[in-house]
Amino acid sequence: MDLLDNLALGFSTAFLVQNVVYCFVGVLLGTAVGVLPGIGPTATVAMLLPITFNFEPVTALIMLAGIYYGAQYGGSTTAILINLPGESSAAVTALDGHEMARRGRAGAALATAAVGSFIAGTVATVALAVAAPPLARVALTFGPAEYFSLVLLGLIVSITLARGSALKALAMIALGVLLGTVGQDIYTGTPRFVFDQRELYGGIDFVSVAVGMFGVAEILRNLEKEQTRTAVVSKVRNLWPTREDRRRIVGPILRGTGLGAALGVLPGGGHVLASFTSYAVEKRVSKRPQEFGHGAIEGVAGPESANNAAAQTSFIPLLTLGLPAHPVMALMVGAFIVHGITPGPNVITDEPALFWGLIASMWIGNVLLVMLNLPLIGIWVRMLRIPYQVLFPMIILFAAIGTYSLGFNAYDVYAIAFFGILGYVLIKCGCEPAPLLLGFVLGPLLEENLRRALIISRGDPSVFLTRPISAVLLALAVAALVVAVLPTIRRRRETMFTEED
Amino acid sequence: MRTSIRHRVAARMMAAIGVVSLMAACSGNGAGNGNGGATGGGYPDKNITFVVPFSAGGPTDTVTRMIAEPMAAKLGTKIVVQNVEGAGGTVGAGEVARAQPDGYTVLMHHIGMSTAPALYKDLGYKPLEDFGTVGLVTEVPMTVVARKDFAPATLQDLVAHVKANAGKVTLANAGIGAASHLCGLLFQSAAGVKLQEVPYEGTGPALTDLVGGQVDFMCDQTTNTSGQISAGEVKAYAVTTPERVKSLPDVPTTAEAGLPKLQVSVWHGLYVPAGTPQEVVQKLSEALKAALADRAVVDQMAKLGTTPVPAEDATPQAHRDKLQEQLGTWAKVIADAGVKAS
Repeated sequence: MDLLDNLALGFSTAFLVQNVVYCFVGVLLGTAVGVLPGIGPTATVAMLLPITFNFEPVTALIMLAGIYYGAQYGGSTTAILINLPGESSAAVTALDGHEMARRGRAGAALATAAVGSFIAGTVATVALAVAAPPLARVALTFGPAEYFSLVLLGLIVSITLARGSALKALAMIALGVLLGTVGQDIYTGTPRFVFDQRELYGGIDFVSVAVGMFGVAEILRNLEKEQTRTAVVSKVRNLWPTREDRRRIVGPILRGTGLGAALGVLPGGGHVLASFTSYAVEKRVSKRPQEFGHGAIEGVAGPESANNAAAQTSFIPLLTLGLPAHPVMALMVGAFIVHGITPGPNVITDEPALFWGLIASMWIGNVLLVMLNLPLIGIWVRMLRIPYQVLFPMIILFAAIGTYSLGFNAYDVYAIAFFGILGYVLIKCGCEPAPLLLGFVLGPLLEENLRRALIISRGDPSVFLTRPISAVLLALAVAALVVAVLPTIRRRRETMFTEED
Repeated sequence: MRTSIRHRVAARMMAAIGVVSLMAACSGNGAGNGNGGATGGGYPDKNITFVVPFSAGGPTDTVTRMIAEPMAAKLGTKIVVQNVEGAGGTVGAGEVARAQPDGYTVLMHHIGMSTAPALYKDLGYKPLEDFGTVGLVTEVPMTVVARKDFAPATLQDLVAHVKANAGKVTLANAGIGAASHLCGLLFQSAAGVKLQEVPYEGTGPALTDLVGGQVDFMCDQTTNTSGQISAGEVKAYAVTTPERVKSLPDVPTTAEAGLPKLQVSVWHGLYVPAGTPQEVVQKLSEALKAALADRAVVDQMAKLGTTPVPAEDATPQAHRDKLQEQLGTWAKVIADAGVKAS
């Protein structure tokens, strides 16, 4: 059995004392930066990269990878507790996770996130071990046309993120897409909506938007009410999920894991779609869709699992082909190179101990994370008792420092203030920040791939229909649209009929 | 620098939290280099900031961090590397151009220094007038690569093929002003053909689509392509330097392969604001020379597929000549191609 031999090699590498220690250091740091608003895994990996120059290559990569998936764990904590998502995926967790926290169920939400992440991480690691090279080949068949259709499908499916008025949700998505266009157009170099500010050429940072729209706006809203201005409802009920909760999260965790693992393989943005899509799927299959947005535990379990599965499988293109799926992976390529390993398809055969050791370490890392996070829940929940006079300024302070440290661009800090106020105004108008964030994240992906596909096809739009994968995805998108619209039509007809009666 | 107070606050706050203090040490405490107008005599008597105008962990950042440590040892101080990103490196360069010319703010920049004036209007600084050159650091070779099932077998075949199929062939690059974009422009100019360019956001996605066969060919740094070349995932036509690259012994140079005009490398150099005292520049240049001779630096650069420049190029004059020559070259290539970044 090749696989067993390989796994044995992997575990014998990963269980070396220094590798376990640095795996722990990685996931601990990852959890910490995930929890702290503003500082993301990209910045952390970038800053720690030089320190790993003197490590064994496999040790360095184990630690850096640990930071990345550890941050995915940690990111959900602040999203749930104080409505402050540090990454696009955590924004989805915040929707129901924070509602749960407001109802005194922060413990259950955090435990669900941790358990879901662990299961997803484990399953995805197995997928990585069993089928990484063939999966990577499949991923390569995705070109710009396929990504355009995939993102379009994701966008349509995710419109269910909205709780209230569909019109307002669409307006928010459009606003998000517009905000996403700020910066230099990558095709022509034309600066868009930068108002002659060179600092805006790189676009608006996601963290600034998320921290402002979610965190700061939430704080402003809380300050309004003299009586109830605590970050959450102070009375914390049962710390752990009830039997009923446990029954309700099994399905979402499994579905989220599958969805996330599949999407994570796609280097052109699949991992971004994972949590959005999972949330949409859970809301659709749920028997209680009306609970979503009001603290449905499925809305935490599904997206969190999807997000973590995707975080693990997004290593597939990197490890099997040397192709990075996102900025953190690009930094890992740098780490490979500095250690004298040329990233590429040869890594599996030339450096089996490194490849299998890294995969085995991911499973160990997931075990360490769940051991680290479950006991921490009690402490996190206690953090909610910090008086608001201390907690609110601290949140804003950390967010500002974290965002500023990313690129020493003061505009990222101004953006937090701007989006905080904008978010507050929008909440007052009954508009929700989640669809805006969705548009902000997916809009640029949609545009980029649409234009690239058309450039390659020399302006011929039929390419979206003649390429089979793209055609299938578009058909699914149309189907999703019909399914979304049908109930509304039926309801309207029913009302008409009732009126006639 | 105008940001120093914020740095200090950031450093202190972050240090308060045990776990994060490490990161503060790496990023936040560029606080030491305030407004003191030191002259050459006691230089350096405080920390020096190296500004990298690109993201942390990228190739330019890696090179900077490699040489920072031995340079600091030679100068007897600490060097703090700070990433000031944005607009193709022009944000960071602009900030250094406006910094105190005291030798405590140093810029690491690559070939983009010589292309920015042609790409950006209202740049806000002039490379030759607003900066003093310290010395060249390294020149990273580039490779012309194609999807593995692309028809042409040699560089000359490629030129003939793209000329005959100019309306069909696609040339990928990593974005406006990126090294791969510049190399692509130079290829088109050398081959006398205008091709459909497909820009990507960075090398990763561009290379992914090349390996996946979505686009036909591109030109990129050896660092990025050599793994794919040796695994046979992409086809290599040539390296764009006068000599072959050690890690790719079978790949001919552009001169050998019949396109001698395609000469380009991603060269890096250190800059200080214009008006920095001569003896300070000299000290920095000496430290740079020492760092480039450092065994560890040579080894690490070899892993990146590159080498330090020869000692005579790590000087202000050689660097200035290179900058001047490159400014001329790119002004023409970019104007002919009609590219504008703003």
